[in-house]
Amino acid sequence: MLSSSDKIGLVFFPAFDWAIDPTHPEREERLLYTQDQVFEEGIFDIEGIVEFKPDIATAEDIRRVHFCVPDERSVTTESHLISAGGAKKIGSEVLERNISRGFALVRPPGHHAMRVVHGTRGFCNINIEAIMIEYLRQAYGVDRVAIVDTDCHHGDGTQDIYWHDPDTLFISVHQDGRTLYPGTGFTSETGGPAAAGTTINLPLPPHTSEEGFLYALDNAILPILEEFKPQLIINSAGQDNHYSDPITDMHFSAQGYAELTSRLKPHIAVLEGGYSIESALPYMNVGIILALAGMDYSRISEPDYDPDSLRQGPEISRKIEKVVQESLKVWKQGADIRHNNCRESKLFSRERHIFYDTDRLVEIQKETLRTCPECAGLLTIDSQTDRGRRILAVHIPRKACKLCRQAGYQVYDSTGMEGYFRIFLQDRTSDEYFVKK
Amino acid sequence: MIIGLDVGGTHTDGVLIGNGCILRQVKVATDTCNLFDCVCACLDKITRDVPPQAIRRAVLSTTLTTNSIAEGKLENIGVVVSAGPGIDPANYRIGNHYYCVSGSIDHRGREVQPLKEREIEEIADIFLAENIRRAAVISKFSVRNPGHELQMARILARSCDIVVPGHSLSATLNFPRRIATAWLSAAVHPVHKMFFEAVRESLKSKGFEIPIYVLKADGGTMSFEASLHTPEQTIFSGPAASVLGALPFASSTGDTLVLDIGGTTTDIAVFVDRTPLLEPIGGEVAGRRTLVRALNTRSIPVGGDSCVEVIDGDLRIGPHRHGPAMAYGGSHPTPTDALFVLGKALNGNVEAARRGLSPVARQLEISIEDTANLILDLACKKIIRAAREMIEQINRKPVYTVKELLSGYKINPVEILTLGGPAPFFAPRLEKLTGISTCAVPQWHVANAIGAAMAKNTSEVTLFADTQRGLALAPEEEFSQPVGKNFDRKAALSMACELLRAKCMKAGASESEIDLEVVEDYQFNMIRDFSTVGRNIRVRVQTRPGLIPECRDLAQSMFNCCVLPDCLETVNSEPEKLITHHSSLVTSH
Repeated sequence: MLSSSDKIGLVFFPAFDWAIDPTHPEREERLLYTQDQVFEEGIFDIEGIVEFKPDIATAEDIRRVHFCVPDERSVTTESHLISAGGAKKIGSEVLERNISRGFALVRPPGHHAMRVVHGTRGFCNINIEAIMIEYLRQAYGVDRVAIVDTDCHHGDGTQDIYWHDPDTLFISVHQDGRTLYPGTGFTSETGGPAAAGTTINLPLPPHTSEEGFLYALDNAILPILEEFKPQLIINSAGQDNHYSDPITDMHFSAQGYAELTSRLKPHIAVLEGGYSIESALPYMNVGIILALAGMDYSRISEPDYDPDSLRQGPEISRKIEKVVQESLKVWKQGADIRHNNCRESKLFSRERHIFYDTDRLVEIQKETLRTCPECAGLLTIDSQTDRGRRILAVHIPRKACKLCRQAGYQVYDSTGMEGYFRIFLQDRTSDEYFVKK
Repeated sequence: MIIGLDVGGTHTDGVLIGNGCILRQVKVATDTCNLFDCVCACLDKITRDVPPQAIRRAVLSTTLTTNSIAEGKLENIGVVVSAGPGIDPANYRIGNHYYCVSGSIDHRGREVQPLKEREIEEIADIFLAENIRRAAVISKFSVRNPGHELQMARILARSCDIVVPGHSLSATLNFPRRIATAWLSAAVHPVHKMFFEAVRESLKSKGFEIPIYVLKADGGTMSFEASLHTPEQTIFSGPAASVLGALPFASSTGDTLVLDIGGTTTDIAVFVDRTPLLEPIGGEVAGRRTLVRALNTRSIPVGGDSCVEVIDGDLRIGPHRHGPAMAYGGSHPTPTDALFVLGKALNGNVEAARRGLSPVARQLEISIEDTANLILDLACKKIIRAAREMIEQINRKPVYTVKELLSGYKINPVEILTLGGPAPFFAPRLEKLTGISTCAVPQWHVANAIGAAMAKNTSEVTLFADTQRGLALAPEEEFSQPVGKNFDRKAALSMACELLRAKCMKAGASESEIDLEVVEDYQFNMIRDFSTVGRNIRVRVQTRPGLIPECRDLAQSMFNCCVLPDCLETVNSEPEKLITHHSSLVTSH
């Protein structure tokens, strides 16, 4: 019997009875051919590969990460809870040391879901990686976490959630935002005042191929990870960088993805996007699983794979080199910027419009961080959509100091309901969540 | 009347059933070196003075094929595999004549790379030169498109008598298991065929021209004729016979745990809704995972004859068996000896049993009686632990729809049925330790043969349709038919049911046994560029393991009227090995 060199776990949950709508890319059929390929290859019979049933995420799990308007139930379906629960399950098995790595092959995805959730963005409602990470922090005391988002779309939701968290390194490698949804993820987006340099964006030009992705990995991602020293590496494993993907323009391949996985060695991979359901996903997923398991993936390829025709031009390589240089600069300068901003308590704020493409909503948001020399600082968010529903959300970070925590409760207690639909308080120091109506 | 015969590792059991009663039961020692004589002896004794026309059928469960695999007695089998991209097929090498060739088919069943006929012709020449007369051909995704396998089979037919194409054995997607299953099928074919032909001839010579059925690993029967196409399904039918024997007594309101406590091992099975659970994909034979439909059973090395010893002050039972209990002249103390010490078993040498247990008691520094109780408790605890693990594992089985995950049925036995030699003595102990109502199956010592006799046919049909490709396919049936754009799930289901009905009849089922059930029923709209281009339909229908209709009421009559001295006849070549035959010892509720 075939056996793997590392014991790994998989949650495979194709949700064969759930779709956003019948012709939506996020539909029942999405993982059908992946299932066929995984079954036919006999993946679950390999000694050392275990399949787990997903958990079902709870409202408490969501409340560690999000402010859902009006509540968790209204913005999720069971399928979202299972998807997040699948990631959570894999995370727990890794932390319990039952497996050394794991892959949650679940849908729907989550990396476009931001801290405040008014509806669906980019097929995402709740951020399944963030829900997993915050659960693992709560249950197992994990501190430093790195997320490497290799979906073709910028992981703007995950970026938003960890924008102010210096203990979470978020690296996103994606197709240049000038050419693809959600239109963000430039090298200039580097994290909030107290977490500068812990958000790293690597926007790659269209038609980037294996060579370009692996160059960015070897020259930016891996060296930065080496210095950040995370306890856990999470890969948001979107698969829409594939040359056959219908909604993107990249030239990545199953071989390339397996190679990337084998070099990155994530503890946990979580499926994100990827909509070339017949020509790419079956092969990429088998490749990722074998690479995670430390097995030979050299014979995995798409039926029409032709590396020569996919090779990137020299112009593209030059652009990528430049992006890599910029991102290294962001990382190197981050520590000083953080230090400067936090020397004394100061207020920083930003105003944004956030578009929910799937639900056709526009959210207007004002976020205020009061930095603190002792902790990541107190965050308040004043948000409303073009349909009303103004809310105030107070976030007390996980390692908040006593004063910031008190200040958070004071804001929550003293703010009146006038003009607000809801007021939320998320206290990560005590794992509590309060709502005022 | 019906004959049921089960060849076990130690005994071969036979029963004659009629009028809702066991008319005759026979037990002979199994001679693994001469299974045929042993089966014939048993059949002779069962059929003695019975008019041939009175017997409707005979169902046989044998260890023949299982033994031949374990003993490595199989002839050389050629295996030709066409994989295409993916895991290196060299990993699945089986036997000394394993060849990987070009060619590739994708998950939708489309040809990606054609076969190179030249390669296969060369292999055919090698097989001819090396006198390899049987072969298995397997291609990846052959269940979506059997073309390559059929093409390989055609070429190899030049040098081989039998070529087994993988898709004909199972429609389940699992390439490595398909290789192992096709190899097994080709390997056991001649042994199986020769044996049953000989049995048929032997019966015929005595005037019994009765239909012969073979028990399969999934607890169903098939006619001998049908079994020639899929002999691998008869491998490992041993546990199935016993499990079926317990079926009439299973609760209809909750889950049942079945424990077949034998000499060397205890086999564990589970009934849900009075149906034995099957392995999700297929059974494991001789360490190889296969696509052979099999009952979900677990075997642990704890039984009546397991060796009892004390190691570092700890009492140990099993995993080895060093011959029979000391009460029966063995050399090592066993749980059966513990039964003798406690006065629970008869017809053996109690003094020898006490002699066996006394050093154990000395080492543990307790009385011999306490030792005996301790041994039996430990044996029961081991069995219970294994059963719990098995149930947990079944409950962990992944599901792939939101609905199934949320409904999340979990097995929780409300009763335990025990069978096998020490069954009635273990029952009260098991009940005390688990708090679950436990009873020994009536006629527990021949329940396996009864199970074989009563088993009904099981069959399964998987139909796959792809309306974009315009094709419906049931690979195991060698069935394919063009379908139009409007072909849907409903049409697929009725097509599959029709195929299944035909398959059941071909396997020798009577109309009244056919009880169709849908086990998988998916229809996916295939969307490309935001418009529907076709439907991808997967349906699976089956007849589940169970009892033939005329035996469904046997349970009651077995409680009431079975042991009629005038029609009961026990022929026992090793009488000292039977503990007792009195049904009064059965703990019933």
